[in-house]
Amino acid sequence: MSGGRASGVCIRRKRRTPIDTIIGNLNILVIAPPLSLQLLVNGLMVGALFALVAYGMALVWGVMNVINITQGEFVVLGGYVTVLLVDIGIHPFFGVFVAPVVMYAFGWALYRTVIFRIVDKDLFVSILATFGISILLQQLMNQVFGADIRRADHGFATWPFFDNIVTIEQIKLLGAVTSLAWGGFLIYFLKKSRLGQAIRATAQNARAARTMGIDTDKVYAATYGINAAVCGVAGALVAMIWVIEPFIGLIYTIRAFLIVIVAGLGNLVGVVIAGVSLGAAENFAGFILGTEFQVGFIFALLVVILVGRSYLLDRKREYLK
Amino acid sequence: MSNRLKLSIAAVAVSAMAYGAMAPAQAKVEGDTITFGVAVSLTGRYAVNGKHTKNGYDLAVKLINEKGGVTVGGKKYKLAVKYYDDESTAARATQLAERLIQQDKIKFVLGPYSSGMTKAVAPVMEKYKIPMVEGNGASRSIFNQGFRYTFAVLSTSEQYLKSAVDLAAEVAKKEGRDLSSVRIAIGVRNDPFSLDIGAGVREDAARYGMKVVIDEKFPKDVTDMTSFLTKVKALKPDVLVVSAHTVGGAVFVRQMNEQKVSAPMVAMTHCESAKVTDTKIFGNASEGILCAGQWAPELAYKDNIFGTAMDYTNTFEKTYGYVPPYQAAESTAAVMVYADAIQRANSFDTEKVRDALASTDMQTFYGNILFAKSGQNIAKPMILRQVQDGKYRLVAPTAWADSELNYPRMTQ
Repeated sequence: MSGGRASGVCIRRKRRTPIDTIIGNLNILVIAPPLSLQLLVNGLMVGALFALVAYGMALVWGVMNVINITQGEFVVLGGYVTVLLVDIGIHPFFGVFVAPVVMYAFGWALYRTVIFRIVDKDLFVSILATFGISILLQQLMNQVFGADIRRADHGFATWPFFDNIVTIEQIKLLGAVTSLAWGGFLIYFLKKSRLGQAIRATAQNARAARTMGIDTDKVYAATYGINAAVCGVAGALVAMIWVIEPFIGLIYTIRAFLIVIVAGLGNLVGVVIAGVSLGAAENFAGFILGTEFQVGFIFALLVVILVGRSYLLDRKREYLK
Repeated sequence: MSNRLKLSIAAVAVSAMAYGAMAPAQAKVEGDTITFGVAVSLTGRYAVNGKHTKNGYDLAVKLINEKGGVTVGGKKYKLAVKYYDDESTAARATQLAERLIQQDKIKFVLGPYSSGMTKAVAPVMEKYKIPMVEGNGASRSIFNQGFRYTFAVLSTSEQYLKSAVDLAAEVAKKEGRDLSSVRIAIGVRNDPFSLDIGAGVREDAARYGMKVVIDEKFPKDVTDMTSFLTKVKALKPDVLVVSAHTVGGAVFVRQMNEQKVSAPMVAMTHCESAKVTDTKIFGNASEGILCAGQWAPELAYKDNIFGTAMDYTNTFEKTYGYVPPYQAAESTAAVMVYADAIQRANSFDTEKVRDALASTDMQTFYGNILFAKSGQNIAKPMILRQVQDGKYRLVAPTAWADSELNYPRMTQ
């Protein structure tokens, strides 16, 4: 389409190949090293946020064997809770505490009405069902909140370093810290609390857990609620850091899915590490290769990781001869 | 299961066909009403601008009817519009266009919202030889396919930010700078419309001998622009142009402010739909930004239905409670042009109306309308408005401007 004409213009002038651009971009990073710091820090902060969403997804997947496509919509809903707080005159940072409460109730209710029907079904059914819910939620949000872009104004400043070359938005840093704190809290909760232990027991073997007297239905409802709550926290942060609108959720679902695939299920620390490293990798890819390849690079990286991992597993595998 | 499923699908398909065949042959001109058909995005991604489009159409119909309607063969006809919701998907838009023509027997079609939808619908119009007047499909890829039945009242996409390059050239000349020392950074979303905008800027930059130092395409679902903004920070261009639709535009304004990035001249699109002047959302982050637009209330165009551009704005605001963005204005203009053409054709014959459309030469509150052979309006320039003290001020083209350009832009 227009891309063809666009490059036509370049040809008439001195031709600049993609390789030149990449080398040029690398050169900038070499000349001004603080820029790398900017990309790294931003990537880590953004990645921590994505990790939070991925974390909830891994939990639901691992415990309930449900791939939850509504992840992104939970995030956006959490964002709307925060925006509504601002509308009634409360500082949006309280959204980090209010949104999870509201979203826990929402997740719990959704489990009681729909999700409990698909827990025992195969993975494909869960994808289909949650995909349907995701579309429904998008449209409902569109009806209720309108399609306008919303954001929660937080009033936090930006710290400039190195004569403005590195800027750290306080809200992003706060977001990253909040994400990690929530992650740490959840790990502790799963290890120490009764409910947490019940959740882990159910994840390991639901039937055995039932025989031991664990009400797995309750456990599933709680797990799904916790996931929604975690997404709610992320949503509160997204509404403060970026913007929300009813149809923006899918990005978060896809990113979460990617992180879970890389980190594997049942490995919550891995999720955090995968989240922040992918975030950093994405920022560097965006700078060096150009933003158009930012997402593509991440998916290429995913393929490399999966192929690499299966190669390593193959080498470890022992055969009966 | 699959056999039963197939059977039921077949049953549904057959009954649908039967319904289609049995549907009464509705004429689009019933009694004294001329009905336009349109599938516009009322839900989904484009719902905001889809609503503006619908409001624009409705207001035009209302006012034209109040002024007596359209005269054909000595008889007065009222206007009406039949709407469908295309759910912001091109496939649905195409289906609904077929349905409007085949089932509802609509002979006059108005455009959907966005270039993507318009491009999906235009071939259907060619197939049935039904004229379409649109005000919201600006991608030039709509106008290089030889379509005969699509007419657009707006300026095409590659012109959107050209005026910013022109303005940069004017400023550089005034400062006595060599044009080849002017450095431009371009960031556009990876979709046909935005890519056209980027191509337009690039062509204009080449014409002036300016240098494009950054040329990036954002992914369609852009959330974080740090890597682009970091590059801008590093290379310090003189002109920064960005077109990334509503969400991208909002993210750009926010992050530019939060990461303390700027350029002496910053120009972008979709300011209105991103509501960049809303201090509750953006504070004063948008101060000094230049916003490209098809139209603004301050322009001196007028016609005998709405009066001046400002009169139109007042009427619209009274009816819908908000200031009309250009998306609404161009939709209104599309209906006016259509009504005018039907009246001049003095017939409901689609070929005659098409020919009348092709020979349109009029002024509306929205601007002058004169269609090129390929269907786009070539009589109206794009405008640039700068956010000054939280308000839009018309600064370019300088011939129409009522305010001085604030230059250079400072970091907010």
